[in-house]
Amino acid sequence: MSNKQYWQNFGELNQSEAFKQSTDNEFNEELLPMEELSKEGFLESKTPRRDFLKYLGFSTAAATIAASCEMPVRKAIPYLQKPDNVIPGVANYFASTYVNGGDAISVVVKQRDGRPIKIEGNELSSITKGGTSAQAQASVLDLYDTTRLRHPLQKVGNDFKEVSTFEAFDDMVSKAMSTIKGEEMVLLTSTIHSPSTIQLISEFLVKYPGSRHVQYDAVSYSGLLLANEACYGKKVLPVYMFDKAQTIVSLGADFLGTWLSPVEFSKQYAVNRKVTGDKPSLSRHFHFESMLSLTGSNADDRYTHKPSETGTIALALLAKLGGAVSAPAIADAHVKAGIDKAAEALLKTKGASLVVCGSNDVNIQLVVNAINELIGANGTTINRAANSNYRKGIDAEFVSLTADIQAGKVKALMVYDCNPVYTYAEGKKLGEAIAKLPVSISFNGTLDETTEQCKYVIPSPHWLESWGDAEPRSGYVSLIQPIINPLFKTRPFQTSLLHWMGTTSTTTDAYETYLKNYWSTRLGSADVWDKALQDGVIESASIVAGATCKDCNLPAAIAAIQAVKGAETEVVLYQKVSVGNGSQANNPWLQELPDPISKVTWDNYAMMSPALAKQIIGIDIVNNQRQADAYEVTPDKPVVKITANGKSIELPVLILPGLNNATIAVALGYGRASADETLSLDRVGKSATGAGKNAYPLVGINGTGFSYAATASVEKTNTTYPLAQTQVHGSSESRPVIYETNLSSFLANPEALLEEPRSERMGLLAEGKTDFVKEGTIYPDYEKPGIKWGMSIDLNTCTGCSACVVACTAENNVSVVGKIQVQKAHEMHWLRIDRYFTGDVQNPDVVFQPMLCQHCDNAPCENVCPVAATNHSSEGLNQMTYNRCIGTRYCANNCPYKVRRFNWLDFSGADSFADNQEPLRGKELNEAVFQMNDDLTRMVLNPDVTVRSRGVIEKCSFCVQRLQDSKLEAKKQQDPSLVRNVKTACMQACPTNAISFGNVNDKSSDVSIARADKNRNFYVLEQLHVLPNVSYLAKVRNTDRQVGVVEEHAEEAHS
Amino acid sequence: MSRYKKFIDKSLVALLFFLTLSLNNQALAADGEALFKANCANCHKPDVDYTGPALKGWSKRVPSQEWVYKWVANPAQMIASDAYAKSLFEKWKPTVMTAFSNLKKEDIDAILKYVDDYTPPAPATAAAGGAAPESDNSLMFGILTLVLAVVAFILLQVNSNLRKLSDEKEGIHRGEPVPFYRNKTYLMAAVLVLFAFGGYKTISGAIGLGRMKNYQPVQPIYYSHKVHAGVNQISCLYCHGGAQDSKHANIPSVNVCMNCHKGIKEYKGDAIVREDGTQVDGTAEIKKLYSYAGWNPDTKSYNPDNNMDGVPDGAQPIPWVKIHNLPDHVYFNHSQHVKVGKQQCQTCHGNIQEMPEVYQFAELSMGWCINCHRESKVDFYNKESGEGNKFYSIYEKFHTDLKNHKMDSVTVEKIGGTECQKCHY
Repeated sequence: MSNKQYWQNFGELNQSEAFKQSTDNEFNEELLPMEELSKEGFLESKTPRRDFLKYLGFSTAAATIAASCEMPVRKAIPYLQKPDNVIPGVANYFASTYVNGGDAISVVVKQRDGRPIKIEGNELSSITKGGTSAQAQASVLDLYDTTRLRHPLQKVGNDFKEVSTFEAFDDMVSKAMSTIKGEEMVLLTSTIHSPSTIQLISEFLVKYPGSRHVQYDAVSYSGLLLANEACYGKKVLPVYMFDKAQTIVSLGADFLGTWLSPVEFSKQYAVNRKVTGDKPSLSRHFHFESMLSLTGSNADDRYTHKPSETGTIALALLAKLGGAVSAPAIADAHVKAGIDKAAEALLKTKGASLVVCGSNDVNIQLVVNAINELIGANGTTINRAANSNYRKGIDAEFVSLTADIQAGKVKALMVYDCNPVYTYAEGKKLGEAIAKLPVSISFNGTLDETTEQCKYVIPSPHWLESWGDAEPRSGYVSLIQPIINPLFKTRPFQTSLLHWMGTTSTTTDAYETYLKNYWSTRLGSADVWDKALQDGVIESASIVAGATCKDCNLPAAIAAIQAVKGAETEVVLYQKVSVGNGSQANNPWLQELPDPISKVTWDNYAMMSPALAKQIIGIDIVNNQRQADAYEVTPDKPVVKITANGKSIELPVLILPGLNNATIAVALGYGRASADETLSLDRVGKSATGAGKNAYPLVGINGTGFSYAATASVEKTNTTYPLAQTQVHGSSESRPVIYETNLSSFLANPEALLEEPRSERMGLLAEGKTDFVKEGTIYPDYEKPGIKWGMSIDLNTCTGCSACVVACTAENNVSVVGKIQVQKAHEMHWLRIDRYFTGDVQNPDVVFQPMLCQHCDNAPCENVCPVAATNHSSEGLNQMTYNRCIGTRYCANNCPYKVRRFNWLDFSGADSFADNQEPLRGKELNEAVFQMNDDLTRMVLNPDVTVRSRGVIEKCSFCVQRLQDSKLEAKKQQDPSLVRNVKTACMQACPTNAISFGNVNDKSSDVSIARADKNRNFYVLEQLHVLPNVSYLAKVRNTDRQVGVVEEHAEEAHS
Repeated sequence: MSRYKKFIDKSLVALLFFLTLSLNNQALAADGEALFKANCANCHKPDVDYTGPALKGWSKRVPSQEWVYKWVANPAQMIASDAYAKSLFEKWKPTVMTAFSNLKKEDIDAILKYVDDYTPPAPATAAAGGAAPESDNSLMFGILTLVLAVVAFILLQVNSNLRKLSDEKEGIHRGEPVPFYRNKTYLMAAVLVLFAFGGYKTISGAIGLGRMKNYQPVQPIYYSHKVHAGVNQISCLYCHGGAQDSKHANIPSVNVCMNCHKGIKEYKGDAIVREDGTQVDGTAEIKKLYSYAGWNPDTKSYNPDNNMDGVPDGAQPIPWVKIHNLPDHVYFNHSQHVKVGKQQCQTCHGNIQEMPEVYQFAELSMGWCINCHRESKVDFYNKESGEGNKFYSIYEKFHTDLKNHKMDSVTVEKIGGTECQKCHY
């Protein structure tokens, strides 16, 4: 056995009794009526015959009733006038752009029979290069959100009433505007980088003297913007080029998960993380942070510190690099050594080094700018000749705006695409002030916390229904075109502005015309515009002179940093890759997406290290097995009260290794609620309501900006709160499933990495035999003529971002089960990302392993199915036939990978009996399940994939609908090369190209090429002779440490 | 010997040459018909006026053969410039002929030759007699079985009576005989028969649940495929174009109907007779179409769009009743079968061109699908001749097996056509 251990929770680490029991008892279900009897001897028991007859009678009667219903008469209603470009049954693809509060990702939208149903990355974009994020993938569901407003509203008392026409609305607005003519009016928006909208807004402001435009970001980058202004004279974000960096040091910037533009950075980051060639080289990634972030878990070397020490670490790094500052004292020897190593590496690759920092403190960012100057990043890994436009909000501007609103100085407020009442620390007071304004107009699409305080509401359409443009990087424009006619009576906010400027007639497509004029004049002709619209992007990098660093008053910044005082416990506020800043909180796909680190769904929580938990709630999870089991087995976690910046929230404790021992991490974006909480279900939505607590009030507001870390006091309460954690639902039972090494060992002896499984396989063979595949089994070897599908996943480039999980959910109509069912391990995800810890319990290394059906050629599940509902195809697919499945779950029980999912309840509403979900509402089924079954929401379903009903097993099909489609296309074109590489949904969504898929029989396919890396290519649990069709490439870390082996000093630290 | 061989070879080559030539000739003649059917038949007939004029006798009407070439290539331009074209348009408006710039001069010549040589086929004589209904023998067999059973029963009774008599004669007392309805043997036999019969009925009934062979619902418009696809020879794909591109064959949208029916206002063909013997008023059915389309046949124009919904006022799609229903968990793709598998529509839909109103011809059961997949051969690639679908060149094993005569052809089943996840996912 390996001396390394990979573990998912503390139970597994300690191999506790409770952990073993939970893995033995895989389906932790209440006993079914008949099973109960078998305990005391089926035949001896008193009632079995009667019960048997009862159940038999009922099921026969039920089946008869269900089956004998007459076949319904179905209609086939064709178009009246069929549009030329639509063939019912054939999908069309249109380029557009996912936009959400400054985020912008060029995408291609799949439109089937007029409905957008899936989002893919646009490979023509040189920024995101076809990558997507979980949020972009999920945003197609937001289009069909039941809380979307269906018409303009006007506030009457505490209620809203419908405004029947846009003209009536415009009249009301112009009347209201005339009463405050010339007074101060503010247009409050999220970051806007749409060139046409920027022009339009400036024209609008001219028409209304006294008006101004304020941009506000839910999670601010103000500190970075101001630092850049101080150093380089421009209040802008530069373009980061992680692909050019050989050494990356991140000071708490979660650039692969949530920082600035994670998809863009993931694409770049993966370039130097691929192990290729005979002498592979990797970039080296140091990470300093307080919590355990997605990016931190991908780092080669990771160090933790208190949030208040971020500045000190930046200073120490600056000093070590030779900056004009005296090195501050750093108490933790481990961190100090880390800074030394990082500085050394940065200098070694000078000109190919990059330091990024996630802090919103302008002083720290100034120091980081100075560091980047010292390591020659400016002009090499940081391009200041172009701007990133993702974030533009300046905190001080917004704070002064709120003061103006509260003081009554501002008379009119227009809100677009932002929700400050929810996301601002003092949002509640702001909301009350907004309600008192003479004129308040919201353009938001739902009746969110801010909108419900406004007098007039004119909802904007979803981006999938809109025209528009976005310029995430200067010179790189991405266009937005509508994929569907607006579902509801909505009007783009730009059109409203045009109307209120009085420059246009009453057409509803005023902005569309404006946009087309704007671009036609710039592009020269309508033809170029059409081509640009088809491509989705216009890229003409205008070369601007790079900026050089001027004197940016570093000493003052250093003094400010040195003045920062730490506290015994501190809280750090972060975003999750799923829910983000909370604008998509009512998206059940995102809510049910397990956080890659904590694996918790549907909630936020107080994340803390084992040591801090021992101190605060008195649970010693590492050393006291009884306490550990008591904590881990039940979903009910003890609740603590966290007080910071004068406000407090109560959250359940989630104990996780790898956090700083003085830090509590809390996710933003949860706890959405209407002012009147009884209205929350209708207004903020069934999924967002009740999911977690709002942590935005804990955000600190100091003179220069918002602070996402604060000193905090924590106290234990006597309550508990259930968390739905998918952690060990699919346990590999501590079998070796991961192989990993460090770069120097790999270079020295590449074969050693997989020596262990290789020798184990050979040991299983009879003497004289060499072919494990053919001779290691008594089963015959079935041939795969033609195509054999296979997948290869590179553990080195998988960052755990979870875009694939949402893409899979969208593509395959995977049901949302809700929090109650996730607690019972009933989640339906076909693809999960297993997160393993290894090494030091204080600061473990993290490995992500996407786990999906391995499509074993010698599959254990196939042999045990009594009805042959799961069997093997001649193309290597492990087929699941829903209509044959009778739900014995033997297959799931026999699957070593735990990837088979059972429909315990009618999650999808697909059963023959209508309304059988209703009795379970609130008890077994959350409201979110009902949200997914709304007629509107169901429009998102992929018509090529069966919607599964209760009582059947389902699992990853390798996106068989796509495989079949590619084969059909190849046959039509008579071109076998079209099946060489096929894109499954997970693969297409992946921003790091970690997944390759195709025909293994074709030696030139990507998957064959990936598998040719014999030193890293392994199959999980290959020694079981299940012959999986999914292979993995072992992880290689660029570190000096022996990965997975506990280092000496760490042992000392907590012994 | 070798001399003879040479001679034989030569003559063989010559023979082949002439054969090829003659085939070519036939091909040319057939081309005219094929081209006509593919391009013209949707609107023209050789001998009678249709959406467009009858083409036979064209040479007497048009100014020159050159005129025809120009007209076919671009009718709209000709209408603008040519007097005869203008008069033609006036007669047939608002329909304007579609331009066929893809047709070469030779093609047009072939078509013209075909229409000139065209003679209407003799009216079908079979209609009067009709095919005799297939004789069903099951009733006869049933009666026969019953009669035999009764005879057997009587014989058994007679046998038992005779034994009783002989027993009495011999003085053996056997006690009161059990009447046959309480005889355990009879009862057992009856139970067994009932069980077998009932079981068979239940199972076949259960299997048949949801199957709708011969389903022929009443449609909102009495649409006769016989008139369209049979008599008028409209290509199936003209209306059901989706069959070669999509999983759905697609019912044509109303504007496709109106392509022809803008011109064809009344039905003048042979009487359309329903199964129950009543006659269908074709002209009235066309009127129904006009009301769905929002078309005014008198003014030859669509109704105005006063309510601004993008379609003529009063227009609405036709709510056809779906005949061929597959369960939701079945994925069926028309283009797979039509374009790749090169199946005729009739294979699954029956002789659609002879159906006045469509009914479900095939069982559409899984067994029915599977049977066809077992028997149908794929258009397998032949590496030597280069014939067949090149996609199948990747099936190395089959190529070797074919070469070594281990197998003689590749069926759909061989390439995985009977596996679950080819149709269920």
